[in-house]
Amino acid sequence: MDLQILLLLGQDGVTNGAIYALLALALVLVFAVTRVIFIPQGEFVAYGALTLASLQAGKLPGTVWLLLALGTTVAVIDGWRLLRDGQYGKLPPLLIFNVGLPLLAAGALTVVTPANWPLSLQVLLTMLLVIPMGPMIYRLAYQPLANASVLILLIVSVAVHVTMIGLGLLFFGAEGVRTPAFTEFSFELAGAPLQGQTILVVVASALLIIGLYFFFERTLYGKALRATAMNRTGARLMGIPPTLAGKLCLTLAAAIGVFSGILIAPITTIYYDSGFLIGLKGFVGAIIGGLASYPVAALGAILVGLLEAYSSFWASAYKEVIVFTLIIPVLLWRSLTTRHVEEEE
Amino acid sequence: MSKKLAFAVLAAFSAVAFADINVGVSVSATGPAASLGIPEKNTFSLLPTTIAGQKVNYIVLDDATDPTQATKNIKKLITENKVDVVVGSTTTPNSLAMMDVAVENETPLISMAGSAIVVEPMDAKRQWVFKTAQNDAHMATAIVQHMTDKNVQTVAFIGFADAYGEGWYKEFAKIAEARKLKIVASERFQRNDTSVTGQILKIMAAKPDAVLVGGAGTPAALPQKTLKEKGFKGLIYQTHGVANNDFLRVGGKDVEGAFLPVGPMVVAAQLPADHPVKKSATEYVTKYEAAHGKGSVSSFGGHAWDAGLLLQSAIPVALKKGQPGTKEFRKALRDAIEATKNLPAAHGVFNLSPNDHQGFDQRARVMVTIENGTWKLLK
Repeated sequence: MDLQILLLLGQDGVTNGAIYALLALALVLVFAVTRVIFIPQGEFVAYGALTLASLQAGKLPGTVWLLLALGTTVAVIDGWRLLRDGQYGKLPPLLIFNVGLPLLAAGALTVVTPANWPLSLQVLLTMLLVIPMGPMIYRLAYQPLANASVLILLIVSVAVHVTMIGLGLLFFGAEGVRTPAFTEFSFELAGAPLQGQTILVVVASALLIIGLYFFFERTLYGKALRATAMNRTGARLMGIPPTLAGKLCLTLAAAIGVFSGILIAPITTIYYDSGFLIGLKGFVGAIIGGLASYPVAALGAILVGLLEAYSSFWASAYKEVIVFTLIIPVLLWRSLTTRHVEEEE
Repeated sequence: MSKKLAFAVLAAFSAVAFADINVGVSVSATGPAASLGIPEKNTFSLLPTTIAGQKVNYIVLDDATDPTQATKNIKKLITENKVDVVVGSTTTPNSLAMMDVAVENETPLISMAGSAIVVEPMDAKRQWVFKTAQNDAHMATAIVQHMTDKNVQTVAFIGFADAYGEGWYKEFAKIAEARKLKIVASERFQRNDTSVTGQILKIMAAKPDAVLVGGAGTPAALPQKTLKEKGFKGLIYQTHGVANNDFLRVGGKDVEGAFLPVGPMVVAAQLPADHPVKKSATEYVTKYEAAHGKGSVSSFGGHAWDAGLLLQSAIPVALKKGQPGTKEFRKALRDAIEATKNLPAAHGVFNLSPNDHQGFDQRARVMVTIENGTWKLLK
């Protein structure tokens, strides 16, 4: 193993690690605010990449129909409740967000094909199609059980995950896709070729992490989320509705997932079920951070990426074993060093 | 005694009343092998619904690429649907799981899986099992032949970390060794890996003349893409597991120039007019594309079609010996399939024997290369 190989592997590990880091952050965020271990996180990666690819292939992505179905269900359930309580003023925004916009998207996509649009517009459209599913899923799957135990929420997560994978196969088929690169740019660094796309992934991930930092530190909504994460009851007494916090953090999680999917789609082939494994590696990172610390989770995820790259060189057949075995010493170390705090219920 | 007689009469009566031939099918239309299973599933709707004047019912079930589900399917097909023959499944593990149930109930099983262990070594169990897909050994021989013709001395292997990759490595290593090819690196990757940089760097450090990618479907594009990206200049070989259009779509310009052996069906239109399977292969391609659109045909559906052809040639013979739905008919059907001779199919010419339940020879494969996004037959 010479220096060049060492560098190339490191570069590969950091690229994958950056994606895992984003997902680890989303997992920590969702868990801190809602106590949900968000297993479907990876599905948003796959949905994002596959929706973008469908748009580029000039096909109508199946996610449009899912968005429409989810939105309509939310509108019916919440609309009924609003009507019963006589809160007619809240009806229009509910209907516009959950039914109007998806209908508009579906209608528009049957008329125009965005296959020849510039890439940035396609990306934007993909985000508009997939991200709203985050809050909708929260409303339908998690909100009715918001006070249930972590275990029940985990079981719901598994159900959502399995449903989304099945729908993914139905919408996008069994075959994988790869989208064209954002940039063909490449150069040599210390004798090792470096792809522009790789730099893009790392830079975009870093920017997103910085953005998230400012969101949590400087904005009212970010502070509300942090407050809820620290103390749910206290936050509620201060007038932060837990429902809003839940929906907001699933919106963020979905956005991070879709963004990651769009970033890696040009580097690797994405299948309807690829998201799970990517999400799981992010989860290993999140576990290293104890599902609580953002910086440790991000560093842990990058460690997972590096470990994966180097183990694929040394013992490719045992790569996954090595990566997932990492969780055992980490759990051991955590259980020895931290005091166990009973969940306040 | 009278009970037995009554049963016999009843059986005879029901056989006359319901003389339909029931063909049970279990394919992996969902799960990891879905891209292979779906064209197979589509093919069954193209098969004839009457053979030798008898109505044929195809009962198609999905086993989700799960051996447990495949076993459940064949039990259901045999006990509930009273099938005379079972076709399935798509993958080797599923076919092996189904084998025991088929043998227990003395029902012939026609597998569409790739690995030779489904029909070899011939024993009491495998007497009931047939296979329409080429054995890996057929294909590996073609690759090694092509490599030695191209003067390749050293070769590296990168394959799936599962039965497919291991099976290919074993076959390939055996034949390569016999032909004095030196294997300088052997690496593994997962179907859903997002990166194979580590493995590729290790392979390139060994400086092989050629690399064989032992993968199936679109995941096999990733190693070749990474090889190109890291500036590998040698020859790149793929296996017949990639021979569908999705591989070309995902691989794009990165997979140009790859060599692989395929069933002649994949390049049916390019075959010389005197090729023994030109006619039978073209027939399938035309039928499939008429139903599912131009360019939709894949080599895997061809294995299902070939299973149908075996049945079409064997059922008329078996009908002379027993009524559908009886044990005699199933036995006769098994014997008739085993006796198939010179039957041109989509993927080759079947010549089965008691020791060879696959039945293809070197006419069942051709070497192709990928040129301008299509398969090009090498002369």
